[in-house]
Amino acid sequence: MSLSSLQSLWYTLPEAILVVTILAVFIADLLPRSKDWVGEMALAGVALSLLATTSLADEPGAWLFGRMVVHDPFTIFFKVIFALAALATIWMSLGSKEITSNKGEYYGLLVASTLGMYFMSSSSNLLMAYLSLEFVSLTSYVLTGYLRHDRRSGEAALKYLIYGGVASGTMIYGMSWIFGLTGSMDFAQINSVLTHAQVNQLALFIGIVLTLAGLGYKVAAAPFHMWVPDVYTGAPIPIAAFLSVGSKAAGFALLMRFFYPALSHSLGGTWNVLGADWASLVLVLSMVTMTIGNLTALSQSNLKRMLAYSSIAHAGYILMGFVVLSDEGLRAMMFYMVVYYLMNIGAFLVVMIVANATGREDIEGYRGLAWRGGAAPAVALAIFLFSLTGLPPLAGFVGKFYLFAAVIRQEFYFLALVGVINSVISLYYYAAVVRTMFLDFPQGDEAPVTVNVREGALMWSLCAATVVLGVYWAPVIALADRSLRFFTG
Amino acid sequence: MNHILTYMTFIPIAGMLIVLSLPSKAHNLIRGVATAVTVPPLLMAIWLFVKFDRTQAGFQYVEQYPWISSFNIEYFVGVDGISITMVLLTALLALICMVASFGIEKAVKGYFALFLLLDGAMMGVFVALDFFLFYIFWELMLLPMYFLIGIWGGPRREYAAIKFFLYTMAGSVLMLLAMLVMYFAATPHTFDMTKLMALHGAIPYATAIWIALFIGFAIKIPAFPFHTWLPDAHVEAPTAISVILAGILLKMGTYGILRINFGILPQETAQLSYYFLGALGTFNIVYGALCAMAQKDLKKLVAYSSISHMGYVMLGMASFTPQGIQGAVLQMFNHGTVTAMLFLLVGVIYDRAHHRDIEGFGGLASIMPVYTGVTGLAFFAAMGLPGLSAFISEVLVLLGAWQRYPVLTAISASAVVLTAGYMLWTLQRMFLGKANEKYLTLPEIGPRELFTLVPLGVIVLILGVYPHAVLDLMSASLNSLNQLVLSQQIALQ
Repeated sequence: MSLSSLQSLWYTLPEAILVVTILAVFIADLLPRSKDWVGEMALAGVALSLLATTSLADEPGAWLFGRMVVHDPFTIFFKVIFALAALATIWMSLGSKEITSNKGEYYGLLVASTLGMYFMSSSSNLLMAYLSLEFVSLTSYVLTGYLRHDRRSGEAALKYLIYGGVASGTMIYGMSWIFGLTGSMDFAQINSVLTHAQVNQLALFIGIVLTLAGLGYKVAAAPFHMWVPDVYTGAPIPIAAFLSVGSKAAGFALLMRFFYPALSHSLGGTWNVLGADWASLVLVLSMVTMTIGNLTALSQSNLKRMLAYSSIAHAGYILMGFVVLSDEGLRAMMFYMVVYYLMNIGAFLVVMIVANATGREDIEGYRGLAWRGGAAPAVALAIFLFSLTGLPPLAGFVGKFYLFAAVIRQEFYFLALVGVINSVISLYYYAAVVRTMFLDFPQGDEAPVTVNVREGALMWSLCAATVVLGVYWAPVIALADRSLRFFTG
Repeated sequence: MNHILTYMTFIPIAGMLIVLSLPSKAHNLIRGVATAVTVPPLLMAIWLFVKFDRTQAGFQYVEQYPWISSFNIEYFVGVDGISITMVLLTALLALICMVASFGIEKAVKGYFALFLLLDGAMMGVFVALDFFLFYIFWELMLLPMYFLIGIWGGPRREYAAIKFFLYTMAGSVLMLLAMLVMYFAATPHTFDMTKLMALHGAIPYATAIWIALFIGFAIKIPAFPFHTWLPDAHVEAPTAISVILAGILLKMGTYGILRINFGILPQETAQLSYYFLGALGTFNIVYGALCAMAQKDLKKLVAYSSISHMGYVMLGMASFTPQGIQGAVLQMFNHGTVTAMLFLLVGVIYDRAHHRDIEGFGGLASIMPVYTGVTGLAFFAAMGLPGLSAFISEVLVLLGAWQRYPVLTAISASAVVLTAGYMLWTLQRMFLGKANEKYLTLPEIGPRELFTLVPLGVIVLILGVYPHAVLDLMSASLNSLNQLVLSQQIALQ
C-alpha cells in the first residue's frame, strides 16, 4: 500500500516530534531563561518520539511519501534503538564536564542526527538512503568537533569529514551504476529488475562494491575504519558513545535493507543473492574487520581508543550474520544491536564518569579504580567489558552465540573459527583494563571516583540489563524475530 | 527433596548475594555467613550419598524445565554415578576451603562473594545435563577464578591469572563451536545430553567435534601440551583456591570427557582414545613426575604431581575395562582429597615460614610433630601406599589398562617409583635431619587447620580399606558407559 503525502504524515509522527524538538531547542537556546533547560527538552522530545514510535508498531506496513520512505516492523525496531541511544547520550551529556557551552547547538544537532538515523532505517529509495546517510554524517562531523578548544576534537572532525566525503562520494558513484543498470532508484523496483532482467554481472558487482564502501564506512568495517580511532578519541565521550552505537546501528539498518529486500530474494528462511556474489565479499570483510580491530586494540593505552578498535572488531562480528544469507543471521545481527547498545553505552558511560572525576582517559588512569572510593564504576566497567568479550552469563555472550549459531548453521566453519579466535584475542585487552582496575593497587595520588545518582541510575540499569539478558533473553529474540519483516509492497 | 540439585547449585549463589549485602568491615560476620552457606549443600550431598540408588545406571533427581524455547535450551539437571562422586567432592571441599580461607584479610567481602559464586558454578557444571547449561556454568567459573587468583594471589598473580583465563577461554570457545556444530548436525537439534546420547554417535563431523571437545577439556585436566598454565596458577593462587583448582577444576576436564566425549560420541572415543587418552595420559604421568622431582618450591612440586596423577585418570579412562574406568573415576575422587590435603599443608607451612623453598627447611619433625604426621599421611597417600585411598585407584587403573595397553601400563607403573622418589626425598629434606635454627619456634598446626585436614585424612584412610563406599556409587553408570564404548569398538573390529 502506498500512502499519499497527507496520509503519510501520521506515520511520521516520531520524526515530526523530533523536528519540533530540534526547533524548540534552538529557540529555547536564544531565550535567557530557558537556556539551561535545552538538555532536558531534548530528552523529553526524544522520549516522546520513542513513545510515538512504539505506538505505531502495530500499524500495517506501507510506502510513505511516494515510496521514498517505508513503514515496517524492521524500521520500528531500529528507530527504538536510535531513540534509546539518543536518550542515553543526552542523559550522559547532562552530567558531562565536556559539554558546557553552546548547549543549544549541541542538543539540537544530536536530535537532528537521530532524525537522520530514523530516515536511514526507513528509506526505500537510493536517493533517500543517500540523503539521510549524509544528514547523519554532517551532524556527526559537527558534534565530533564540538570541543572547540581541544585540538584533538578539531582534528577528529576534519578527519571524519574527509573520510566521510570520500566514502559517500564513492557510495553515490556506486549507486549511479546501480541506477544505470536497473533504471530505478526504488529498492523494490531494483529487486524486480534484477529478478527478471539480465544485467551485466561485472557492472552490478562494481556498483555494489562501491555502495558497500559508503555503508562500510558508517558501520566502521575494514578497510573503511581508519576514521574510527581518531574520531572516538577526539569527540566528546557521549558523542563517541552515540556514534559507536547509533551510527553503527543506522549503517547496519541501511545495509540490511539495501542488500536484502533490494538485492536478494527471500526463499523463506534463507536468501538468494541476485546478480553479483557480494556475500563472499562481505565474508572476507567480516574476517578482516574483526581481526584488524582486535589486533590493533591489543596495543592501545587510551581506553576510548581501545573501545574504538573494539567497536571495529564488533562490526566484524556483526557482519558474520550478514554473510550467511539467512533470516537467522539477520535476526542475530538485530539481537546483537540490542546487547551492543547496552554494553557499549555502559562502557562509555563509565569512561565518562572516570573522566569527569579525574580528567583522564588513558588506561593507566584506571589504576586500582576498584580500591579508590566506591568500587561501583570498576565493577560496572568489568561487567561491560566481559560482556563485550562474550563471557556468559552476560548479554554479549548471547549475542555472539546467536551469530555463531547462524554461521555454523549455514556451515561457514572457517568464519566461525576465526570469530572465536578473535574472541580469545579480545579477552586479553579487555582483561588488561580489568587487571588495571582490580589487580593493580592505587599508588595514593589518584583522585577518588564516585558516581552520582543520575549516572548511577543509568549505569546500574545498563548493568542489570546486561546480566538479565545474559540469563533470559527470550523476549528480545522474539522481538527481533517479529521485527524482521521488510515491507516490499 | 525433588529440587535438591537446584538447591545445591543456587544456595551458594544466593549466599553470594547475602554476603554482598553485608557491611564490608564485618569480616568475621562475612566469614561466618559464607561458611554457613556451604553447610546445607554438604548436608544435601551426604543425604544424596545415602539415598542414591546404586543399582541404577541412569540419571536421578532429574529436573527439567524449558528455558529458551527457540533453541530448545533447557534447565536440565540430574546426577548419575559419575557426577555424584564429583558433587560430593565439591560440597566437601567448598566447606573446607571456606574454613581454610579465614586467614584472608584483604577485601574479605569480595573474596567470599566470588568464592561462593565459584562454588555454585562448579556444582552447576557437575549436575548440568543440558549442554548449553553446562557451558554457561563452565564459563561462569572463569570470572571468579580470575579475580581470586589475580587479587589474592602471590607475587606473579597477574601473569598467572590472565594465563589461566586465556588458556581456559581458548578451550571453551572450541567447546562452544563443537557444541553448536553438534546441535545443528544432530537430528533432532538439541542440547539435551540424554537425547544426544540416545543418538549413539550418529552425528556428522563427529571426529572433528570429538577433537575440539577433547582439546577444550584437556586444557582443564591439564594434559600435555596444554598444562603450562597449571604450575603458574597453582603456585600464585591463595591456598584455598589452589585446593579448589586441583581438587575440583582439574576433574572437570576428565568429567567432561566422560560425560560428553564418551557418552555422546562413543565411536570416536573407541577410535581415538589410545592416542589422546592412553598415550597422552602415560606421558602426563612420567612427565609430571619428572618435573615434580626438579622443583624447589613445595607448591610447584604438588602442582606437577597433580599433572602426573591426572595422567592415571586418563589412562584408566582409555582402557575400556570396568576396573580401569572405575579406577579412573575413583582416582578423580581420591586425587581431589589427597591433593587438597597437600595444598592445605603447603598453606600451613607457608603461613608460618613465609616461603615454600623445600631446601630451606629441615628437621621440622622435631618442631611440628603433628604437622609432620598429617603431612606424612598425605604424602604417603599421594605416593600410593597400600592401605591409603590412592593406592586402590592407581592399582585399579593399572590393572584395567594392563589388559589393553601392556606397554603404556608398564611405563606408567614404573613411574610410581619416580613418584615415591620425589615424595620421599621431599619428606626427607623438609622433616628429617637437623632442625633449622631459624624455625625452632614455629608454632604447631592449629585447631582450625586441623579441622580442614582431618576430614580429608579420614576419607583417605576409609577409602584405603573400603573403596566400595565410592565404587558402589558409580559402578552401574560406569559399566553401562563402558559397555557403550566397548560395543562400538567391537563393531569397529
